Amino acid sequence: MSEPIITFDKVNKWYGDDFHVLRDIDMQVAPGERIVICGPSGSGKSTLIRCINRLEEHQQGRLIVDGIELSDDVKATDQVRKKVGMVFQQFNLFPHLTVLENLTLSPMWVSKMPKKEAEEKAMQQLERVQIAEQAHKYPLQLSGGQQQRVAIARALCLTPKIMLFDEPTSALDPEMIKEVLDVIVELAEQGITMLCVTHEMGFAKAVADRVIFMDQGQIVEQNTPHEFFQHPQNERSRDFLSKILGH
Amino acid sequence: MTAQTFQRIPPRPAPVKTGGAIAWIRANLFGGRTTTLSTLAIGAILLWYLPQFFNWAVFEAVWLPDADACHAAGVGACWGVVAEKYRIIIFGRYPFGEQWRPLVATLLMLALLIASCTRMFWRPSLAVLWIAVLSVFFWLMYGNAFGLTKVETDRWGGLPLTILLSSLSIVMAFPLAVLVALGRRSELPAIRSFCTIYVELIRGVPLISVLFMASFMFPLFMPPGLSIDVLVRVLLGITLFAAAYLAEVIRGGLQAIPKSQVEAAATLGLSYWQTQRKIVLPQALAIVVPGIINSFISTFKDTSLVTVVSLYELTGALSLALNSDADWRPYKIEGYLFIALIYFVFCFSMSRYSRWIEKQVNKGNQR
Repeated sequence: MSEPIITFDKVNKWYGDDFHVLRDIDMQVAPGERIVICGPSGSGKSTLIRCINRLEEHQQGRLIVDGIELSDDVKATDQVRKKVGMVFQQFNLFPHLTVLENLTLSPMWVSKMPKKEAEEKAMQQLERVQIAEQAHKYPLQLSGGQQQRVAIARALCLTPKIMLFDEPTSALDPEMIKEVLDVIVELAEQGITMLCVTHEMGFAKAVADRVIFMDQGQIVEQNTPHEFFQHPQNERSRDFLSKILGH
Repeated sequence: MTAQTFQRIPPRPAPVKTGGAIAWIRANLFGGRTTTLSTLAIGAILLWYLPQFFNWAVFEAVWLPDADACHAAGVGACWGVVAEKYRIIIFGRYPFGEQWRPLVATLLMLALLIASCTRMFWRPSLAVLWIAVLSVFFWLMYGNAFGLTKVETDRWGGLPLTILLSSLSIVMAFPLAVLVALGRRSELPAIRSFCTIYVELIRGVPLISVLFMASFMFPLFMPPGLSIDVLVRVLLGITLFAAAYLAEVIRGGLQAIPKSQVEAAATLGLSYWQTQRKIVLPQALAIVVPGIINSFISTFKDTSLVTVVSLYELTGALSLALNSDADWRPYKIEGYLFIALIYFVFCFSMSRYSRWIEKQVNKGNQR
């Protein structure tokens, strides 16, 4: 295995004094690896990936992203955030800005790119998620699936090395899930490192190199999708799979 | 079972028209028993009072500045008081022969305010324009340079003073209020408590006491030999007062912006100030436009309190004009109606502008 791009070393986190949300997380992610994280709600899977770009701060252990250790040092956080794109369950587009302005915001203000160049780059990303014709609309004028594709394009405008997806299809109408998953699958095929919290098991089977199953703040089991779905080792994973695949 | 083909039903217009004057009257004035009864009752009251009012205000009114005619006629309004005293009402104690100066200064200021409200002028050079117009305003009002005689600020009065105090205090209070509102939500305890104490202190006292402090107490604490003009002190007092209220309005807007917006900005690498400026404030301010304009209107009308520290703005100038003249003193009502009309024109314009601004800033929410 080549040098890992993300390393969790005995990472712990608490909400308040009592809620131990991440417990002794040890995990390494190789460059280009595609990981699906699943588990029951409250198991800490969102918190886990939100630690990677320090939307959540871990309190114990070490977390290293592309050679930079995350700490109270704001500069380290800024460095990491330039390399990590994130897509949220609720899209979190900026409703007062047009689609194009949503995409050019970071290149223009953080990377100080000239407007014209930023717009060209943004249009390329919009083409990539097949939504270029909506560039001058406002987010709330689009469907949920379209908004999520814009959110993906916005994250891609950072040219990130790592993409984090936090339940990207959970807030979508069923008929829109596919258009978003198709975009993510296509990204996955292009070799970007990807961590995705999702319950779309079909998606996990199709693109993941590894499935991580979490429960009660711990990593319970990790395996290739084939092994995980065919021969879950842990009783918690078996129980979980029977619930989500059973219906 | 064979599959059925989809039969499209073409759209049809609604059977009863809901638009038009007659439909509106039927729905809104005679929509039910209660509505019909109240329409009739209000109509009767209007029919009774409106003719009396118009008799007083128009048909039997005296329009000429003739005190004897007013005393003789006795029934109608005496608008002559306005014709006689309008220069003192509008310009206060400003030297009579020099009153073209406040007139030009006020017109310039109004032009600046109107320009600031139009989209065409929303660019950085607007600040330069403000500085230029304010300099000319002060030169015209104060004089003492380029051939104009000196007029001390305690002689300034009437509408120019009202407009100067309200527009400057609003323009200075707004950025201050934004900072205080952000400060109250800061993660740094020192900044947070400072802003909270400021807001609570100011809200805890009436404007009159702030003005008294600015006018009478503040000079006591100044080092001897250094004195700040009373107009400046009062202006700062109103600004600090207005900013505290405005800050709370703006904080209301900030509370309404979901944390997820800030998180999204953070993942894009935006700094705290970039996030506030580009993401949070535009949305927060758009939400509270009605509240902000409310504060502006309040501030505009609150300037009438500076009379208590002997600055005769529009309201003060009216008392000044009538109290000293026994012939015209009985016609205060007419005088007050006149300045009420002036206040109304300004406040109503602000209300209308608020509606337009709301449309401008809410573009993203139109589906």
